Amino acid sequence: MFEKIWSRHVVAEGPGGHVLLYIDRHLLHEGSTSAFARLAKHGRRVRRPDLTFATADHYVLTSPGSVAIDAEIRAMVESLGQHTREQGIVYFGVGDPRRGIVHTIGPEEGLALPGITLVCGDSHTATHGAFGALAFGIGSTEVEHVMATQTLWQKKPRVMRVTVEGRLGAGVTAKDVILAIIAEISAGGGVGHAIEYAGSTMRAMSMDERMTVCNMSIEAGARAGMVAPDETTFAYLEGRPFAPRGDAWGAALASWRALPSDPGAPFDREVELAASAIAPTVTWGTSPQDALPITGRVPDPAVAGDAARRESMERALAYMGLNAGTPLTEIKVDRVFIGSCTNSRLEDLRAAARVVKGHRAVVPAWIVPGSGLVKRAAEAEGLDRVFVEAGFEWREAGCSMCVGMNGETAREGERVASTSNRNFEGRQGKGARTHLMSPAMAAAAAVTGRLTDVRTLAT
Amino acid sequence: MEPFTHLTAVAAPLDLPNVDTDRIIPARFLRKPRGATGYASFLFHDVRFNADGAERPEFVLNQAPYRDAKILVVAENFGCGSSREMAVWVLDAYGIRSVIAPSLGDIFHQNCFKNGLLPVILSAEVVAGLRRQLHDRPGAMLGVDLEAQTVAAPDGTRHRFDIDPFRKEMLRTGRDEIGLTREFEARVREFEERHAREMAWVTPPRR
Ligand code: SF4
Repeated sequence: MFEKIWSRHVVAEGPGGHVLLYIDRHLLHEGSTSAFARLAKHGRRVRRPDLTFATADHYVLTSPGSVAIDAEIRAMVESLGQHTREQGIVYFGVGDPRRGIVHTIGPEEGLALPGITLVCGDSHTATHGAFGALAFGIGSTEVEHVMATQTLWQKKPRVMRVTVEGRLGAGVTAKDVILAIIAEISAGGGVGHAIEYAGSTMRAMSMDERMTVCNMSIEAGARAGMVAPDETTFAYLEGRPFAPRGDAWGAALASWRALPSDPGAPFDREVELAASAIAPTVTWGTSPQDALPITGRVPDPAVAGDAARRESMERALAYMGLNAGTPLTEIKVDRVFIGSCTNSRLEDLRAAARVVKGHRAVVPAWIVPGSGLVKRAAEAEGLDRVFVEAGFEWREAGCSMCVGMNGETAREGERVASTSNRNFEGRQGKGARTHLMSPAMAAAAAVTGRLTDVRTLAT
Repeated sequence: MEPFTHLTAVAAPLDLPNVDTDRIIPARFLRKPRGATGYASFLFHDVRFNADGAERPEFVLNQAPYRDAKILVVAENFGCGSSREMAVWVLDAYGIRSVIAPSLGDIFHQNCFKNGLLPVILSAEVVAGLRRQLHDRPGAMLGVDLEAQTVAAPDGTRHRFDIDPFRKEMLRTGRDEIGLTREFEARVREFEERHAREMAWVTPPRR
């Protein structure tokens, strides 16, 4: 599949195995404003504004009715609006009900399609690979390059297939699958690779779930992650605003059906996992690879294989304020964040609401939907009332406390149960301690005030 | 972009694996324009300085012999995490021109090339050996030669590295990539026409 997409987008062969790759979709957010400014400085224009789409997600506040914490950020958001207007780019801006996290609205609007190349100046662009697209994150200079030329100089990555077979147990979700994969291959294990996720477990997943898995490919070091398109993919896409329509839909379907890898296609590396071996998972350290089943205990650095690993474990435990040997379920949390491009779609909110119903949050807990449309759909089902009645905060769409660029951060030393994708030092605010987990597990932590095995919670 | 040919300079060792871009430059500084006053102080900010702004003496760049480092010798998967190019901008602002590692985050790796920083990939043993020498002889120099594709260690050994010829040429000449691509304009136009025919469904419907 990777090979088919790649070869269809090669414009020219360059030196050293580099190719000029054509880009079908370019997604922008506030972070793209510096690329716009450089483009303007060089007197260049966006070559294909019709293939370029923008939203405001990283810097916009998610408290109702406010845009930004300060003038500097407000100017940044306004500048994105101005650039997109000048260049004729569709912009899901502030006040637009479709506005949301770039990786939530891309699929929602039908911009992510099988067989296409899609880039965005954000490392979680792999999310769109759930549709069988070749989607990857790029830096700011590359954003400018795509704006100006609709192409990128790229070297072909190796391709790794990760196969997950079998049925997931009760309380085990797509988030647990990807955390288990990262723990298996390590945070650097996918460097230089695109990952294709395959197997019966992946096939049985909804699009929302496949997006959760592909989203965290970068946490395994891979720039791209993808799932072969199938009927689930097509059913999701049909009728989306920017998906092909009429005759084009028929042609697209024919092309998409021919996309999956041929049986026996070779891969540079193969990894296999059994779904039955995956439990609800949480991270204990400061790398996404520091993940364990919730039934486990904080690991002891003394058992680490080498000195470097021991040192980095000790450092992680010191930062996280944890002692080796503590059962994970005894770790108290100060705050819960359910949101981010990993886990803020409708199914995520439903899963959290199912756990929350009949309980009350005992720590501050936020629900930040991935997009305005997710928020509306959740409200139409009454999920907002479930959360609000349980004492959760129901907020506007955006990245929010996943990265805190908009000022929404946890306090120093606070321990956060979070459905986001990174538990790096300082990721959710200076000195904040992040434990990654699924929406159901985060909801369980909110109502008990500690890391909790969602399977033991009476619902 | 400033061309890169060769560099002999003080190198600083960083032993921690998986140093992510949030650590290289915390999110709250991302909105600051490149070149803003104090930009170099954002580098490794939260591990380099205490809350009151005082330097943490244990951090390697705060130790006198390593202060003027222009080369970092790091551990595996350095620069993992977000796509933020500011992680490279802030290294550049500090004066770092080359990062030597057993492996680098993919996007960070590419971002280095776009800003005239030379990323050098060598085997884990060689890189660990370099770091050891730099710890043993604080302030020791490394020589990085792009033309010859070698790193000269303080102990006199030389280590050859691979770099793809395209990236090498771009670094050596400091060329603007967009300028280069423009030379392919006819090819791009030709491709676009064929692509629009063969994958007609790929053009989004007008809204
Ligand atoms: S939700 Fe978090 S990871 Fe996703 S795009 Fe926003 S900041 Fe990045």
